[in-house]
Amino acid sequence: MTTDVPTREVPPPPPSRGTVLRILPPGLYAGRASALLERAFVANRRAWLALLSGFFEPLFYLLSLGVGFGALVGQVVGPGGEPIDYAAFIAPGLLAASAMNGAVYDATFNIFFKLRHAKLYDAVLATPLGPLDVAIAEISWALLRGGAYATGFLAVMFGMGLLTSPWALLALPAALLVSLAFAAVGMACTTFIRSTQDFDFVQLAILPMFLFSTTFYPIDVYPGGLRVLIECLPLYHGVELMRALSTGAVHWGLLGHVAYFLVMAAVGLWVATRRLGTLLLR
Amino acid sequence: MATAGSLIHARGLVKRFGSFEAVRGVDVDIAPGESFGFLGPNGAGKSSTMRMVSCLSPRSGGELRVLGMDPDTDGPRIRARLGVVPQQDNLDVELTVRENLQVYGRYFGLSRAAVRERAGELMEFAQLTDRADAKVEPLSGGMKRRLTIARALVNDPEVLLLDEPTTGLDPQARHVLWDRLFRLKQQGVTLIVTTHYMDEAEQLCDRLVVMDGGRIAAEGSPSELIRRYSTREVLELRFPFGRVADHTEVAARLAERVEVLPDRLLLYTDNGDAALAAAHEAGLRPVSGLVRRSTLEDVFLRLTGRSLVD
Amino acid sequence: MTTNDAATTRTAPAATGRSGSLFAEVGRVLEGHWVWYRLNWRATVISSVLMPALYLIAMGIGMGSLVEPGEFTQGHDYLVYLAPAVLVVSLVQTAAGESTYPVLSGFKWQRNYLAVAATPISPARLALGELTWIALRLLFSGLVYLLIAALLGALLNPMVLVSLLAAVLTGMAFAAPVVAYSATVQGEGAGFNALFRFVVMPMVLFAGTFYPVSQLPEVVQPVAWITPLWHGTELARGLAFGTLEALPALLHLSYLLALAGVGTVLACRHFHKRLVV
Repeated sequence: MTTDVPTREVPPPPPSRGTVLRILPPGLYAGRASALLERAFVANRRAWLALLSGFFEPLFYLLSLGVGFGALVGQVVGPGGEPIDYAAFIAPGLLAASAMNGAVYDATFNIFFKLRHAKLYDAVLATPLGPLDVAIAEISWALLRGGAYATGFLAVMFGMGLLTSPWALLALPAALLVSLAFAAVGMACTTFIRSTQDFDFVQLAILPMFLFSTTFYPIDVYPGGLRVLIECLPLYHGVELMRALSTGAVHWGLLGHVAYFLVMAAVGLWVATRRLGTLLLR
Repeated sequence: MATAGSLIHARGLVKRFGSFEAVRGVDVDIAPGESFGFLGPNGAGKSSTMRMVSCLSPRSGGELRVLGMDPDTDGPRIRARLGVVPQQDNLDVELTVRENLQVYGRYFGLSRAAVRERAGELMEFAQLTDRADAKVEPLSGGMKRRLTIARALVNDPEVLLLDEPTTGLDPQARHVLWDRLFRLKQQGVTLIVTTHYMDEAEQLCDRLVVMDGGRIAAEGSPSELIRRYSTREVLELRFPFGRVADHTEVAARLAERVEVLPDRLLLYTDNGDAALAAAHEAGLRPVSGLVRRSTLEDVFLRLTGRSLVD
Repeated sequence: MTTNDAATTRTAPAATGRSGSLFAEVGRVLEGHWVWYRLNWRATVISSVLMPALYLIAMGIGMGSLVEPGEFTQGHDYLVYLAPAVLVVSLVQTAAGESTYPVLSGFKWQRNYLAVAATPISPARLALGELTWIALRLLFSGLVYLLIAALLGALLNPMVLVSLLAAVLTGMAFAAPVVAYSATVQGEGAGFNALFRFVVMPMVLFAGTFYPVSQLPEVVQPVAWITPLWHGTELARGLAFGTLEALPALLHLSYLLALAGVGTVLACRHFHKRLVV
């Protein structure tokens, strides 16, 4: 039995930073976020049930409300002004909502646990990896997961005949964009969370948004003033985007929704990296 | 002191947290292959110094080179060649013992084949092979500590930094750990250790600095420090609590130096037995009298007027 | 047993294991919760009061705008139709939350049950205390919800206060078996996630909250009938709208009472098994 530690393969030095990343403070990035992403796969291999359950939530809503309740509703006015089935109306909304829910859950509860409780990132930052690697890896994981859910849900929509336009192919990247924006902002918020009780505020932001962002009924339910408020909510933009793509009622205005999420993602990622840096590299 | 070839080179190193100055101008040079210790009580600034050297914490002032590079600009490149064992184990609780080692190796960019092989060797080294597929949570304190050390070795580091490696472990677990560290030292790994245990410092360190209040109070090998700041032997005279002060005047005449503790007097002398005889002659009637060799504890007491532990 | 030793003859508190009455001991467990709740009640307001109210507004008013009052709403506005069901749903959800992680934490993380077990309070009485506390929480959340529902004009008459009792019973018919289950969990509670996602959520969505179970395909209707939520919703709506008939009422009641009773007995047993080694 040998108990000595033989010397062997010397790890390669981290790649030198690309031009784009030179503007960041040095030491934040080693270009090796993929290693941390790999960790997520290893750690989640045993948690497949919890992962799988995320797929069923929107599906249950679709079956219960879209099909069951929908039978009592009949048709509603679609984004292009034409009448569509209630199930076809709420399905894209549920897709956007589940992109939000999954991303926020990953970026808040899961990251908080690793940040404050398990001190995972303290160990990670003692390796060549920096806070930006951490942020990129965590957000990528949230995206991969969200992407898998979205693909599954889109497949169900397709099977139920709820996708009526080839534009629906773009619903997947759109779902990823929505996930990205919410994951980035969620992660930024997590760096400010001090105790688990603060998660009530996360719930307080997410649940009303889920309920009121026109997922389940058209926006003309709201009186004028309230309507403007709803139109400011990020999930409203997600729902609109998805609904337009899945029914083919595409117009240039959709780029406005895309821009909304791009700004959200950029701000979130920037704040999250900065805050992780100050929290971890003290 | 060879400044040119030193792995760690610090001059006037300072760390501030807001208005609190945790490290107030530390100068050290650590040579390759050396086992170097920071000895001091809790709050002396050891861990803050370690975190700066590990490139985990930016310095607030002074000069610092690690492996010839500046931590401010080359953090990732430096960390690639260090092994860091933090004060509190931060193992990945979602992973097994083996996965902890493999995943950590991947952070350093080692290939999958390499980390698989390396994990096997390191589990052997840490005597954890039979727990390879167990989760981390139920392991004992000593096992977790050994795993943390094994994890820090995954990248074959040139320097291993250990912050309080055996704090909180039972005596047997400490000895197992010291044995492992001694092997590493024999293989030429540079060890940097912080501790508030003098026995640990004497066991592990070729050279050490005594830290107090964010500053270095003295520097040298354990035996040098004892020679310089203490006598060969110490006579401990124990008195009933609260009666110690009554005897200090008499005791002062019997030794080079006397330290007054709440329950006993420490008489510093080169001949303890002679001093004990003289104490009896002088009419001192302690509850007990004990002659022992000087330790780093005595050095610390001399330098700071306080005990290391507590 | 002989106790000749002088040291043991001083007057000790009666170490019979039955130092207080049932009510006194359960009361002490409740007191412990009350001390915590007085400091932390704000955290529970969001999940157990605000969320149901928002749910009622979004689904009752928003989604309800899509359907005309008709046969399936028993002639009422959808908001009125939904209000008693959301009462039951929200209490069942609160019950699920209170009977899972907090119970596991009492054994495993905070370990306050272990502290209680070191006092004269028996494990079974501790379990009864925990269940009583949950029932009180449900009653309180339900009252606040009804107040909000009344302000929204979702309530027809004060009979809904009897619906509240039915809703609390439904909550307990779910909570008691779940508490019994939680007391057997050794791991980190991964099963709870499955419980929420695969039991609570489908129950809320399919067991007659938003529309009568008869809307479901016939093959799955029996699944809805075994859920406590369906029985609770039938009772609560029947009471609120004054349409409840004696025989169905009796069946719903006995089913819920049986679930709550069996759950309570099991919970007491599992608490005993886990705390008395």
